Amino acid sequence: MTATTPSIAIGDGSAVRDRRSNAAREGWLIAGRDMLHWIREPWGIVFGLAFNIMLILMFGFLFGGAIELPGGGDYIAFLLPGMFALTMLFGLESTMTAMAEDAKRGITDRFRSLPITSASVALGRAIADLTSSALSLAVLMLGGLLIGWRPTTGPAEIALGIVLLLWLRFALLWLGIFLGLRFRSAGATTAVQVLVWPIGFLSTVFVSAETMPGWLGTIAEWNPVSATATATRELFGNPTGTTSGWLAENAVLAASVWPLVITAVFLPLAAVAYRRLRR
Amino acid sequence: MHMNPPTIPDSTALRATGLRKRYGGEHALDGFDLEVGRGHVHGLLGPNGAGKTTAVRCLTTLTDLDEGSAEIDGIDVRRHPSRVRERIGLVGQFHAVDEALTAHQNLVLFARLSGVSKARAKRRADELLDSFELTDAASRAVSGFSGGMRRRLDIAASLVLTPAILFLDEPTTGLDPRGRATVWQAVREIAAGGTTVLLTTQYLDEADQLADRVSVMDHGKVVAEGTPEELKRRLGGDRVAVVIAEAARLDEAAELIGRSVGAPAAVDPDTRTVTVEVVDGQKALAPVVRALDAAALTVDDLALRRPTLDEVFLHLTGPGATTTVPAAVPAATARTHDTEEAR
Repeated sequence: MTATTPSIAIGDGSAVRDRRSNAAREGWLIAGRDMLHWIREPWGIVFGLAFNIMLILMFGFLFGGAIELPGGGDYIAFLLPGMFALTMLFGLESTMTAMAEDAKRGITDRFRSLPITSASVALGRAIADLTSSALSLAVLMLGGLLIGWRPTTGPAEIALGIVLLLWLRFALLWLGIFLGLRFRSAGATTAVQVLVWPIGFLSTVFVSAETMPGWLGTIAEWNPVSATATATRELFGNPTGTTSGWLAENAVLAASVWPLVITAVFLPLAAVAYRRLRR
Repeated sequence: MHMNPPTIPDSTALRATGLRKRYGGEHALDGFDLEVGRGHVHGLLGPNGAGKTTAVRCLTTLTDLDEGSAEIDGIDVRRHPSRVRERIGLVGQFHAVDEALTAHQNLVLFARLSGVSKARAKRRADELLDSFELTDAASRAVSGFSGGMRRRLDIAASLVLTPAILFLDEPTTGLDPRGRATVWQAVREIAAGGTTVLLTTQYLDEADQLADRVSVMDHGKVVAEGTPEELKRRLGGDRVAVVIAEAARLDEAAELIGRSVGAPAAVDPDTRTVTVEVVDGQKALAPVVRALDAAALTVDDLALRRPTLDEVFLHLTGPGATTTVPAAVPAATARTHDTEEAR
């Protein structure tokens, strides 16, 4: 520490730009900030994972014995890909919360006052959230293997299944960024935390749509989470619980198109919401 | 008080003309003009809701302007916002640092985002932590910092690049006296290094202490501008205030004092004070003392004072102007008539 008159050495030449603005580099740096958060405060992630594992155990062993799948098959093998898809949906909350918090605390304004590309902030969010979801997915897969879930297909199909899961997560990023920028109150975050439950349950994550009343089954089949869950089951060689209908025939197509539609709608809306910060 | 501005052809660091910004039906900025010379510390003074923060947000490209033009370092804010961002540092009203990261990690992050290489960013972070006396706290998470430490880190984070102009939006709001003093010291040193500073504040002593020039802002525009001295002078000259021991001889004292300086003196019986407004306070003191001494009046207290910036501020921004000034000014003038009538 300097003695009596510390000098704010601002003109010593060390504070010069070495680089031009570059979205990839800046996005990576902003994502790196999230990764430092995980190291410093890992409990959020650990708790989130523990919760998903609890759901697997609860449904797999507590309710699972009483659930019969249309088309037959082991319930654990059916449940796990559904849980993977549900984890992607749950990621929506963390994207929204992170965006809303940064905007509220002035961090977003700090970023906006820096000479960086405006896409960098969203790109950083995307890198960080996709990384955390990929890690969660890896942990759930390992846990699944421990309780008897097995993919039975080749590496190409398994890889495509993982890509489709992350593709859904990618689409939900833009929805999360949009919601986080647009609705910053704590109440809005809670609303989303509550609403992901009916959205998650009104799908084929836990039970087959064919066991539901007709109209409810139709809604569940049209749920984007169901498309990804069903496509992943198919690609991993697990029971789909789906014997007929459009989704049974076109699950992979649906799991590719749904996230595309969500991205096409919410990426521009997220960009508009970011630009509206200038108002 | 202020140092010589460097000899650069264009000596204007900031120029804003006719800025307008509406929120709903309200004009947050309503014809805001400002010019800040290079190397100066300029205070933007105003009550809550005067538009200070909106002005700073518009000048730092965070908020779009409806009308008007602004240049930072000769660069148009509306046309080249990203080039403007390379030249500014902003300390907003929030502590815009990451709570979960350490002080060092924060500075390295913002330096690297500003385009500084990793090795240089680390060196810069060490340097700034040292300058702001945060070295001991460098590897602690910001969430455990005091308000003053956070604010200093916030200022350090806005200096990762050498800014042409540093904006500080109410930098000492919410700080204790010690925190305030360290921020003042930091601002003085930054200014001494040649950086132009635009500082908003609602504390008049802060503007008086730090600023070379002050713009008083109200209802979205600048209502007065000048050095703190000029602004004070606008409200009249110095005042000589004498507290007389004998309450019964107040009027006699007022007449003597008035005659000695050639101006009507005002009496406040409650405080036994006689006040007279004079052009040059120092020259007026001797005749006043001589007159009182000759009449064998006992003096409890004798003071020479200038109007405070508080008086200037309330005078300029108060809704009913003079009626809101609590201090000597209107009371004194009112009393003047009383004494004249008594004579």
